[in-house]
Amino acid sequence: MKVGVVTFPGSNCDYDSYALVRHVMRENVEFLWHKSTDLQSCDLIILPGGFSYGDYLRSGAIARFSPIMESVIKFANSGGLLLGICNGFQMLTECGLLPGALIRNDSIRFRSHNVYLKVEETSSAFTNAYASETVIKLPIAHGDGNYYIIGEELRQLEDDGRVLFRYCDREGNLTKESNPNGSVNNIAGIVNMERNVLGMMPHPERAGEKILGSVDGLKVFESVKAALSTLTTAGKA
Amino acid sequence: MADSLNQPKVTPEIVKQHGLSEEEYDKIKEILGREPNFTELGIFSVMWSEHCSYKNSIALIKTLPRDGEAILAKAGEENAGAVDIGNGQAVVFKIESHNHPSAVEPYQGAATGVGGILRDIFTMGARPIAALNSLRFGQLDNPRVRYLVDGVVRGIGDYGNSFGVPTVAGEVYFDESYTGNPLVNAMAVGIVKTDKIVSAVAKETGSPIMIVGSKTGRDGIHGATFASVEISQESEERRSSVQIGDPFTEKLLLEATLEIIDQDLIVGIQDMGAAGITCSSSEMSAKGECGIEIDIEKVPVREDGMTPYEILLSESQERMLVCVKKGCEEKVSEIFKKWDLEAVIIGQVTDDKLMTIKLDGQIVSQIPSNDLVLGGGAPVYTREIKKPDYIDSAEKLNYDDYKLNIDWNSALLKLLSSPNICHKGWVFDQYDSTVRTNTAVGPGSDAAVMRIRKTRKALAMTTDCNARYCYLNPRMGAISAVCESARNIVCSGGKPLAVTNCLNFGNPYKPDIYYGFSEVIAGMAEACLALDTPVTGGNVSFYNEDPQRAVFPTPVIGMVGLVEDISHITTQTFKDDGDAILLVGENKNELGASEYLHTLFNQTKGKVPALDLDCEKKLQSALLAAIQKGLVKSAHDCSEGGLAVAIAECCISERENMVGASIKISDEIRSDCLLFGETQSRLILSCDSKNENELIAYFTKQGISCKNIGTTGGNKLTINGLVSVDLEKMAEAFYNALPELMEKVA
Repeated sequence: MKVGVVTFPGSNCDYDSYALVRHVMRENVEFLWHKSTDLQSCDLIILPGGFSYGDYLRSGAIARFSPIMESVIKFANSGGLLLGICNGFQMLTECGLLPGALIRNDSIRFRSHNVYLKVEETSSAFTNAYASETVIKLPIAHGDGNYYIIGEELRQLEDDGRVLFRYCDREGNLTKESNPNGSVNNIAGIVNMERNVLGMMPHPERAGEKILGSVDGLKVFESVKAALSTLTTAGKA
Repeated sequence: MADSLNQPKVTPEIVKQHGLSEEEYDKIKEILGREPNFTELGIFSVMWSEHCSYKNSIALIKTLPRDGEAILAKAGEENAGAVDIGNGQAVVFKIESHNHPSAVEPYQGAATGVGGILRDIFTMGARPIAALNSLRFGQLDNPRVRYLVDGVVRGIGDYGNSFGVPTVAGEVYFDESYTGNPLVNAMAVGIVKTDKIVSAVAKETGSPIMIVGSKTGRDGIHGATFASVEISQESEERRSSVQIGDPFTEKLLLEATLEIIDQDLIVGIQDMGAAGITCSSSEMSAKGECGIEIDIEKVPVREDGMTPYEILLSESQERMLVCVKKGCEEKVSEIFKKWDLEAVIIGQVTDDKLMTIKLDGQIVSQIPSNDLVLGGGAPVYTREIKKPDYIDSAEKLNYDDYKLNIDWNSALLKLLSSPNICHKGWVFDQYDSTVRTNTAVGPGSDAAVMRIRKTRKALAMTTDCNARYCYLNPRMGAISAVCESARNIVCSGGKPLAVTNCLNFGNPYKPDIYYGFSEVIAGMAEACLALDTPVTGGNVSFYNEDPQRAVFPTPVIGMVGLVEDISHITTQTFKDDGDAILLVGENKNELGASEYLHTLFNQTKGKVPALDLDCEKKLQSALLAAIQKGLVKSAHDCSEGGLAVAIAECCISERENMVGASIKISDEIRSDCLLFGETQSRLILSCDSKNENELIAYFTKQGISCKNIGTTGGNKLTINGLVSVDLEKMAEAFYNALPELMEKVA
């Protein structure tokens, strides 16, 4: 597996994904510079968290105009695996690869703590390593994580089973109290129609080592690795 | 000298407005051999302000122990202290105040406080790995205080979160004395390879001087002098003295700065904080024993028509002054361009030891660099001392006035929900504490612990001060602050390395304030010497007064310790049912200066608990040895709220894994003293019962009392026949208090 992590000006979680892939999984990983258009034949592209361009206009709103995003969008449209975490999720909704929008947390405050998530769909390239209905613990750290979507778009999202993660309590109940930001239907992470683009607010890359308090995020990356090797095997056959 | 500038004529009135005394003005004339012009007066005024010159504190500060084997950058030598931690790495750390700006503009004041301290770290070549803070406010029933808390917390959060440094520890206290003048102290910690530490120096004649980062604007002019007077009605009108922060630019500045350092392109670099270009250029040249020449028209500015005076004194944020190696200018520019930042040559190093400012080739100011700076020509004073009248009377406590037929359960719940003791999640949940994936122990334990990548080591860090103790007995209060910091480090599994301090006081020209200052320095010196934790730097903030009062003497101690192996990392919470609970240290009949007296009786009085440094040192080394041996499952320091609160915190501070405890203590002392007295040098430990005897031996061997006081388990905390409370009830009090106080509508 070769992973590319895009560095935008103001990205600050790029190193976290890089370190997880390189030092914990011992796989290939490269930083991709926002002014470049070369994706260096990576199998998975990560749009990391942070405050790209300071997020002074609207979270993720400027980053989508970076030169690299043209390549990233092409890559995704041709079926490449793309993962947007936190600010990266915000970019994905801004550039239209994912539906809905991420607005200010309902508490109107930045929130940083661990949350529980229910893994709702395990038939995706990003979640195949999880057991169905598993409850996992990941950190969140965002001010604009309130996922907003209504009407037909929401109905489709739900009907297609494209919500991969929902905020829940420790027992897996989808409660109001366990929803840290007011997201519609406790939605924490979704995929596109083709299921090759995942956007999520919680940080799986921060939960990959025991010393950090949780290893529950590692399986997102292991799922991708498994999916890619299935693809390669299929390709060879 | 250029006379085409139409500078205002320097009159006695203007000298006074610049905060310079007659004596100081005479000294300026002596240095220059003539009258200064308006620009030069401005330069002297900021450089000789309390904020930059430490003129009323430096003589005493120098009495603090500053030497240690592992110290790589001593106090006063560089922007921050540096301590060797092995493997060719050093930890760089410092704490600084941003009290005055935060009092008038809490959001920007606090944000730029964080920005400033982060620059102090990466200007040494270190990547910041953690931010901490220490905050003090008035009482929360005052809506203005809630406004300040809200703004300060958002400011710290927004800056650190965007910059991408985890904010991992801190303290928040509330007392009337901080009503109009809150304290906002920010600390940052970084790691650097020892061979990459950079100095804040300019040298080698002809080396180009570059300004990098943001453009220079009119914000923050005279911020340093503003910080050198008390808060008053007029402070509101000086809102423009507060700088505006841009964490996005700071993040770019960080990456670009580390890149030019890594590629070995520079001689030295200094960040621009107080007094902007003036301070950085005079200090860098004074340090290099050379001169510096600046062409002021070359400085990129945000608006037209800025005078040299304004450009020189601007405190616009996110700027650095760089002395570049000859021939490397292009490479430096390219790196900054890559990060979309400006890097412009504005001058050069000279050999005449003068700081010369030119405008279009004409000299507008020329002053010997060394005469401007701390340790050079800046004035040094020691002020008059008088013990305040209140100290002796406040010490008296008549125990007969305090009845013992109290409902101890409700007293405990009241303390757990008091603003000073309750859980501070409302504050620290607004700070990203996990970015960069090094946080092994985040906010809410005795100290935060950050692992050091590619090693087995970790760093423990904390900020501490009980200012009530310092008010009642400044010397003992300072000793306690140092010892509590060190105890917190040791409880987390680390060996205390060194100290940074932030000394927050009132007006130094008042003899009773200066008494507190001098006593605090004496106490700190004694404790730091005893514990072998030298002071590597810090900051003094005077004039913390509103029209009603001065703040409590508040010497905040920031301490960093080294955890030799990540397996030693220890937290305060009980882990499992059926473990033995041990009390280290002795319970005494002491109630003075306690949170109990403050919360239940609204009293700030009594004798501050005495502390024996020899005993403290033994206790700490025994605990560290026992932790390293793997005998300790949890360790918690006993501080505000005494034994009962400490044990309650061991039970409930991991909300999802609360563990009860039944405690039996046979000491025959007053129940209030037993439960809530704040006798020093005590610890609550838990261990597997099979390790109990071995663990006790570690302490008794050193002559330190250590005994079994109970067992973990159940869903209650019981103490003798006095206390019996459900964990859930304690948790409600502990966790809900601050959100309720903060979110209530006035």
